[in-house]
Amino acid sequence: MAMESELAGAAVRKPVTLKYPFERRDVPPRFRGRLAWDAEKCVGCGMCVQVCPAFALEMVGKGPMAELRYYLNRCVFCSQCVESCPRDALSMTEEYELADYKHKVYEFKRG
Amino acid sequence: MLEESERAIFEVPIGPQHPALKEPILLLFKIEGDTIVDVMARPAYTHRGVEKATEARNYIQNIYLCERVCGICSCIHTLVYTQGVEKLADVEPPPRAKYIRVIMSELERIHSHTLWLGVAAHELGFDTLFYYVWRDRELVMDLLELISGNRVNYAMSTVGGVRRDISDAVAHQIKKGMEILRKRLDVYTEVVEKEPTLRKRVIDVGKLSPHDAVALCAVGPTLRMTGVKRDVRADDPYQAYDEIPFNVATYDTGDVLAQIIVRVVETYEAANIIDYAIDHMPSGPIKVKVPWNIAPNEIITRGEAPRGELFYYFKSNGTEKPERVKIRTPTLGNIPAVCEMLKGYHIAEIPIVFAGIDPCLSCTARFAFIDERKGKSWVWSGDQLRTYRRKYYKRYGR
Repeated sequence: MAMESELAGAAVRKPVTLKYPFERRDVPPRFRGRLAWDAEKCVGCGMCVQVCPAFALEMVGKGPMAELRYYLNRCVFCSQCVESCPRDALSMTEEYELADYKHKVYEFKRG
Repeated sequence: MLEESERAIFEVPIGPQHPALKEPILLLFKIEGDTIVDVMARPAYTHRGVEKATEARNYIQNIYLCERVCGICSCIHTLVYTQGVEKLADVEPPPRAKYIRVIMSELERIHSHTLWLGVAAHELGFDTLFYYVWRDRELVMDLLELISGNRVNYAMSTVGGVRRDISDAVAHQIKKGMEILRKRLDVYTEVVEKEPTLRKRVIDVGKLSPHDAVALCAVGPTLRMTGVKRDVRADDPYQAYDEIPFNVATYDTGDVLAQIIVRVVETYEAANIIDYAIDHMPSGPIKVKVPWNIAPNEIITRGEAPRGELFYYFKSNGTEKPERVKIRTPTLGNIPAVCEMLKGYHIAEIPIVFAGIDPCLSCTARFAFIDERKGKSWVWSGDQLRTYRRKYYKRYGR
């Protein structure tokens, strides 16, 4: 007998769900989306590759001119690479609609 | 009316795939008429090899692997894992990090218990309550998202501290959220106390005596609902729990109603703990440096997950990778107890009694043998496995 007031309240309340593709919520400030790479800052130390739990990052080449390969389908969006980067060359964007039929591989290039 | 000799005991398998179950488990029921006489559970359908995979990854990578042992307890898994690695390396995390860990794990407890209350209402056929509870659960999910940036895998704890700080503005928002949560919990407490459709389904269903609960090694709310006051947070305080006053929620009837009440009271307690922790949070750094390689050592560590005691065993060998990690999740401890709870009740009560322990089966798969012809089951130790391996390779070669 305790549900009546709840039910009466719900009858006049707006639905809490959003019609997703037409309405979107704002992403929270610390949201972790697709990875982005800043070629200017990267020194090719390979720290990100060592700490990645999902083996989603790979260094192409060696030394300061090394480039990064990012396997999006393996990424678990933990942002450990961003935290471990000594030069802040990596960052997480706010992009989140990343589902695809193909295995996406991003080749981050210099220049 | 059947004669005594004509009465038959049927075997009814429920699972591994069944509409009543959310995850794969085989529950083999022996049924006389409509009454359950005996139950055999076989949980090992979701073996993912997490423990073995930890041996191939370093301590940092393993945080995110252990986070994914369970989708709901993702904070407590990283907390206990990082607590274990810190113990292994003999490093003390800063006090502010300890408080942030406590706040996160209590928010997670609120999220888990409200989720369970919704699932329990759904299993009882009370879907209105299920939707209302889950609507209000979004409040906690939004707070978790605000702190960590993600709804499910928070990635908050790291070896040596936490990764993100809680600012004053966010702390204020958490406190405001807890006030709304308390008001909503008052409504659900009233529903549980007064709603006859709910009470008729849960009173005196799935009873467990305190003696059986202790003997069958039940953990968490499944143990506390029988009146046994046992909680890792109080008995073996970890992180900042020794500085925070709180009550261990217990109830004495030991039926499904007791499970609901224990979880609702625990949710209130969690809100109080969060408020206290925010008010008394020390300032300072949130992280200390931990060496990459960890000297040979061997430790055990544990914490109180929303479902009960979570246990980790670690062995390091001087490299950046652990030699052995053993995880014991609370659901594994509660399966013998739920088999006992089901006995003597009807088929229609299986979903709610089984859902009562808040089963999370993907965490449970471990190395055990079951011989169905002989009706025996046993577990091998590491030594026995090594002996078997030696014999196997001697016979068949590599």
